[in-house]
Amino acid sequence: MNKTDKEVKIHIDEALCKRCGFCIEFCNTKVYEADQDGLPLIKNLEECTNCRLCELRCPDFAIRVEVVNNE
Amino acid sequence: MAVKLNYREYFKEEALPLMWCAGCGNGILLRAITDALADLEIPPHQVVVSTGIGCWGKADDYMTTHAFHGSHGRALAFATGIKLGNPDLHVIALMGDGDALAIGGNHFIHAARRNIDITAIISNNFTYGMTGGQYSPTTPLSYKTTTSPVGVAEPAFDVCGLAEECGANYVARSTVYHVTQLKRFIAAAIQKKGFNVVEAINTCPTHFGRRNIPGDTVEMMKYIKDIGMPRSRFEKLDEEEKNKYLLTGELVNRERPDFLSVYREINPAASESGRGEGK
Ligand SMILES: Cc1ncc(C[n+]2csc(CCOP(=O)(O)OP(=O)(O)O)c2C)c(N)n1
Ligand code: SF4
Ligand code: SF4
Ligand code: SF4
Repeated sequence: MNKTDKEVKIHIDEALCKRCGFCIEFCNTKVYEADQDGLPLIKNLEECTNCRLCELRCPDFAIRVEVVNNE
Repeated sequence: MAVKLNYREYFKEEALPLMWCAGCGNGILLRAITDALADLEIPPHQVVVSTGIGCWGKADDYMTTHAFHGSHGRALAFATGIKLGNPDLHVIALMGDGDALAIGGNHFIHAARRNIDITAIISNNFTYGMTGGQYSPTTPLSYKTTTSPVGVAEPAFDVCGLAEECGANYVARSTVYHVTQLKRFIAAAIQKKGFNVVEAINTCPTHFGRRNIPGDTVEMMKYIKDIGMPRSRFEKLDEEEKNKYLLTGELVNRERPDFLSVYREINPAASESGRGEGK
């Protein structure tokens, strides 16, 4: 569960990600943290508000934010 | 119930990865355009994208719509021909700031004057990205580029102000940081009849950023996030301060008759040619 009471799943395509850091920096609730290489790791999924801005602001179509249980 | 269209209907997923540099906002702008088309539910085969040359000019490679990849500066000339040839099509010209306003400046002025039904989406990254970061008509005064190593000595064009003066029906400016606003403006521009301009302030960390903004791709994005300013805050600045920011929002939204309507009135035979009425 998370801030919206919906189950959110985030998928990051490591091959497409160019490590620009936008998702890590600009997520308001700091869901991501960078690994040593700059790849975003999903650290605080429970803080995700499902705003999907990280997906829309990823310049390389590497992020997919999905609601799993949307009753 | 009708199935809602998805941006993937307009986006060539199989063409990934994108050719652009890490932190280049072109991919964000591309997503906003494909999202807007999906929201409007315009079938891909009714859309023609016309591009010139440049990093942004490669965007058509990633779209499933019809596309005409023309020569540098001429996207609007081709778009004009396409629209007049088949007014039923939605014609979208994708241009960089160099493409639209340096080599293509004359086409831009006259497309706006004519108010021909074309949506112009300009990626303004303040430089010629593709050719290595030369200064463009939108490089801010005193900023460094490969052709202005100590700083450019010319004032920059106000792209939206120019479009307004020349007669564009709809003019809006946003940034690739403000993605939801950007998508909204793009959708409004595509829907509206006439010459409609959306200026997307964009990142070029590789050339513009490297010479002017200390730090990485994130700092480049913060820069464009901060220079875009809505009217409520912009109006409060003094004249000198205003030069440091770019006014964002829907700046023009008017109802000048578009070129084809005027032409059909002057030349009634044109309406009888069997062509559609356009949007
Ligand atoms: C007639 C002609 N002149 C010059 C060039 C070289 N050229 C290619 S792209 C470009 C400028 C690109 O800058 P811009 O339009 O701002 O797009 P960006 O690459 O920044 O997206 C130039 C000068 C060309 N291809 N054709
Ligand atoms: S925004 Fe996209 S490309 Fe940039 S670091 Fe995040 S996942 Fe990678
Ligand atoms: S959807 Fe919003 S809250 Fe969730 S990770 Fe992305 S930017 Fe953060
Ligand atoms: S050179 Fe600049 S505009 Fe071209 S792909 Fe790289 S960051 Fe984008």
